[in-house]
Amino acid sequence: MIEQKPKQRVTLTLNGRKVTGDAEPRLLLTDFIRHTLGATGTHVGCEHGVCGCCTVIIDGVAARSCLAFAVQMDGATIETVESLADEDGRMNALQEAFRRHHALQCGFCTSGILMSFTDFLRRNPEPSRDEVVDVLCGHLCRCTGYANIVDAVMDVVEAHAPPQRDIGAV
Amino acid sequence: MKPRSFEYLRPASVDEAVEALARYGDDARILAGGQSLIPMLNFRLLEPLALVDIRHIADLSHIRLDGDMLEVGAAVTQNRLLSWPDLARHVPLLAIAMPWVGHFQTRNRGTVCGSIAHADPSSEIPLSLAMLGGEVVLQSPRGRRVLKADEFQTGMLSTAREADEMIVAVRFPTGSGKAAFREVARRHGDYAIVAVGAVSLSPSEILVGIGGAADRPVVRRYASNGGDLMSEIEALAWELETYEDLHASQRMRRDLVRRLAPAVISELRS
Repeated sequence: MIEQKPKQRVTLTLNGRKVTGDAEPRLLLTDFIRHTLGATGTHVGCEHGVCGCCTVIIDGVAARSCLAFAVQMDGATIETVESLADEDGRMNALQEAFRRHHALQCGFCTSGILMSFTDFLRRNPEPSRDEVVDVLCGHLCRCTGYANIVDAVMDVVEAHAPPQRDIGAV
Repeated sequence: MKPRSFEYLRPASVDEAVEALARYGDDARILAGGQSLIPMLNFRLLEPLALVDIRHIADLSHIRLDGDMLEVGAAVTQNRLLSWPDLARHVPLLAIAMPWVGHFQTRNRGTVCGSIAHADPSSEIPLSLAMLGGEVVLQSPRGRRVLKADEFQTGMLSTAREADEMIVAVRFPTGSGKAAFREVARRHGDYAIVAVGAVSLSPSEILVGIGGAADRPVVRRYASNGGDLMSEIEALAWELETYEDLHASQRMRRDLVRRLAPAVISELRS
């Protein structure tokens, strides 16, 4: 017998816009973002916090959206990969660096990695290469071998470019 | 890979939270950062009827020096404690062990007390608490009680917490000496296969703590300049009641202790 709990209303700010949806308590934030809110740039990998594909920024800090429930997010501010490029689709400095350095192949892990470094570079604009590798340890990539990802991030660091345009309140 | 249905409760106070625990008994779990709990729910290793979310309870978000203890509330994330500017001065062991706790992304949500509550034998925070002889503050509708780290953690993923109790804070003794810490995991940030820490207690005495080798942290006190310290470490590695899993055999765990402990001790002496 499958027991369903009543859905709860969840209102949050997604990439600068106030959005609302209904979620059963057990609905993971990943599924809420993808299926209820329709923002499919956030990917689902392992669903137990190991691969990092579903990383988004929750109230200013990068976190696994598979390790949070949608009902916990009422009133939260969430940023996903869709927030990085501008309205005309022009990629930001971090995304451009990924393209230039061939820091992705299939791209499945990329949106999560971009969100981790968006948070990390805001708080640490001038990290060492080792610190960048340490943050990247929270992600799995089966294509690149990681070296190009580290190069791309270090390129942004060395250029002192702002890691992303300001999307407003965080 | 989706959790079973549960009731989601978001109490406004610790009193309301422990009332909910008393009502549901063993069928409720505290949800703080969720970084250990939610994987277990997703795998359906745990199927609680209710989750009690305590992240928003204001009384639980403190990092406070209290006498010779550093008290950390149950809603404090690991990265918040790690970026507390006085950590290295007051609890040097935590400052060097905590960068090994999970990944940057999980430390952003995972809590200090949650790691203690989860009581994984290879976790760095329970190991640090055991080494320093810290305390766990528990609250229930019956009141508060304080347990020493070694009274609290009773085995692999098991603790002395009663069903209607929640951890409201943990206390780390301050003022311990120089510390060193190393571990081996398949990927930095994954659960340690074996973790070893050492703390200098006085010019003549050191503390060695081992995680991941037995069902809970193992802590030993040694004379730091005794000539046979290394043979005592060697004997300890063979005495440990260790275990075998997917990641390592018992023999590999013993060998990791034999390699890591001397390295950590010599780092402490340098």
